Amino acid sequence: MLRQLSRRIFLGVAVVLTVVTLTFLLINLAPGDPARLWVGPGAGEQELAAARRALGLDRPLLVRYGAWLADFARGDWGISLAQQRPVLQVVGDALPHTLVLSVTSLLVTYVAGLFIGAVQAMRHRTAADTGLTVGTLLLYGMPAYWLAIMLILVFSYGAARWGWPEWLRFPAIGVTSLDAEFFTPWQRVVDRLRHLALPLVTLAVIGSAGMARFARGAVLDVRGQPFVRAARARGLLPLRVEGVHVLRNALLPVITLLGLSLPMLISGTVFVEVIFAWPGMGRVMVGAVGARDYPVVMATTAVFAILVVIGNLLADIMYVAADPRLRREEA
Amino acid sequence: MASARLLRDTRAATGLAILGTLAGIALLAPVIAPMDPLAQADILRTRFLPPLAAGPDGILHWLGTDRFGRDLFARLVYGTRISLSVGILSVAISVLLGGAVGSIAALMGGRVERLLMAVTDAALAVPRLVLLLALVTLWESSLLLVVLVLGFTGWMTVARLARAEVKGLLERPFVDAARAAGATPWRLLSRHLLPNALTPVIVAAALAVGNAIMLEAGLSFLGLGIPAPGPSWGNMIAEGREALVNAPWIATFPGLALVLAVIGCNLLGDGMRDAMDPAVQPRPRRIRLTRSSVADVS
Repeated sequence: MLRQLSRRIFLGVAVVLTVVTLTFLLINLAPGDPARLWVGPGAGEQELAAARRALGLDRPLLVRYGAWLADFARGDWGISLAQQRPVLQVVGDALPHTLVLSVTSLLVTYVAGLFIGAVQAMRHRTAADTGLTVGTLLLYGMPAYWLAIMLILVFSYGAARWGWPEWLRFPAIGVTSLDAEFFTPWQRVVDRLRHLALPLVTLAVIGSAGMARFARGAVLDVRGQPFVRAARARGLLPLRVEGVHVLRNALLPVITLLGLSLPMLISGTVFVEVIFAWPGMGRVMVGAVGARDYPVVMATTAVFAILVVIGNLLADIMYVAADPRLRREEA
Repeated sequence: MASARLLRDTRAATGLAILGTLAGIALLAPVIAPMDPLAQADILRTRFLPPLAAGPDGILHWLGTDRFGRDLFARLVYGTRISLSVGILSVAISVLLGGAVGSIAALMGGRVERLLMAVTDAALAVPRLVLLLALVTLWESSLLLVVLVLGFTGWMTVARLARAEVKGLLERPFVDAARAAGATPWRLLSRHLLPNALTPVIVAAALAVGNAIMLEAGLSFLGLGIPAPGPSWGNMIAEGREALVNAPWIATFPGLALVLAVIGCNLLGDGMRDAMDPAVQPRPRRIRLTRSSVADVS
């Protein structure tokens, strides 16, 4: 178990290193001059040369790579060209917001998706199953950025225009209200949750539709196995058969999906953050791409890769926890 | 028969119908939408016309106009061209590249295989959108760049699939038979391995086209895909977002078109997978023992 885990961690570090190296190479071999951006368009040749020296751009590529890697490992991620403050600070400010959004949506995705998929499998080939299949197919085909805009159209603009009750109107921008400073602690919590509502629903609806499609297949597979028939034949309560025998076994492929679905979740988060002005990593990265802010682009790419690697590690650990056979083989 | 089974599958048939219609619209765009998708008339009088409204010159705008007075129906129809061609071309690149990496890994084995698969897994660990964003930071965006970038970030799943398929095929007796009959490695690959590995790759490609269409629109939505006046569905959604309060129709229709295209690809992919997979039996029908049904089973 431990050896397996350390092997996984080693592989994860290798993946992150590869990603970081590739990003470094791409950005440094690409056209465009960060030094010019640093000094601004009005600067003369001398200032440009000074800026190149200050940014270390006059050194050979390999030296720069080594120095950059050492700095990166030490947590010195350079200074954002556009914001003129340490990249670590920029990322540090953004990461919690992204984690809140992605972890909550992941939880809802798994719970809702598994539930819908299981219901479909138990009502296999009924009208309910067909209806849910069509519904999940439609929702799964929706791009996050479009669903987000439609939700804003209905629950922010529409709700205000059609005079919906206050609790059905949701804010479309940011993490808190502008006047949140003056709220009582309880009001602040409610305010935050209301701001989370639309971004979370966008990600969770699309995610759980995909999850339901997958879970339906997984549960159907398990229900067709002889041991399920055997459990029923032994007269076990249907609830026990479905809950223990079927669900536990159907969970294995679903856990495997966690590692594979993380990149998709992150893509969705990027769009949702941009639309809802959610100050997370995705919004920071899109802003940095537009501003050609290379240090921030590199840092966000690396952090996203690290998040995926950590998610995969967690999925591996959960897999072993859910499947006792793996533990026995290791011992 | 594979193709007959494919058409009997409701999902595959629906998917084919949707994609066929979209392809027809893309090909016949000038006939279906005689208006120029970039033409701006008298902006002040023709902008933000709601759907089914006629402009001051009496021209009917099926889906209304945007803030420059451009006809949204024409933009939607021409956007089909961009979406489909980006989707299909980029996936073609992904399939060629991934198929090559996967079959080389499977055929060579050993160190080459481990190295290639390690690179594949590393590339797979990066969220594709993040990779795309990092790549489009570097060059001016254009249609060609979007196709290339999507193509070169989508090959990994195909590579894994192709490797698994070819490795599985290499164990089968018919490959030994072909070898014993003196087939050259090239002939083995082109006549025996690739045709047999093709089906799952085509299924993956159908699903990938939908994904690529969605990503292209996403990049354009962020202003990093097809450059501005181009009638990409993503551009239209982004423009509609700015006028969401007084012209909500601008963002609505391209989104629906996008959903339709993605669903078409997903239906076709799912339907093909089940129709081609002998392990998944079609819904049991009334059994009639005729000669053709026996032939069908065997």
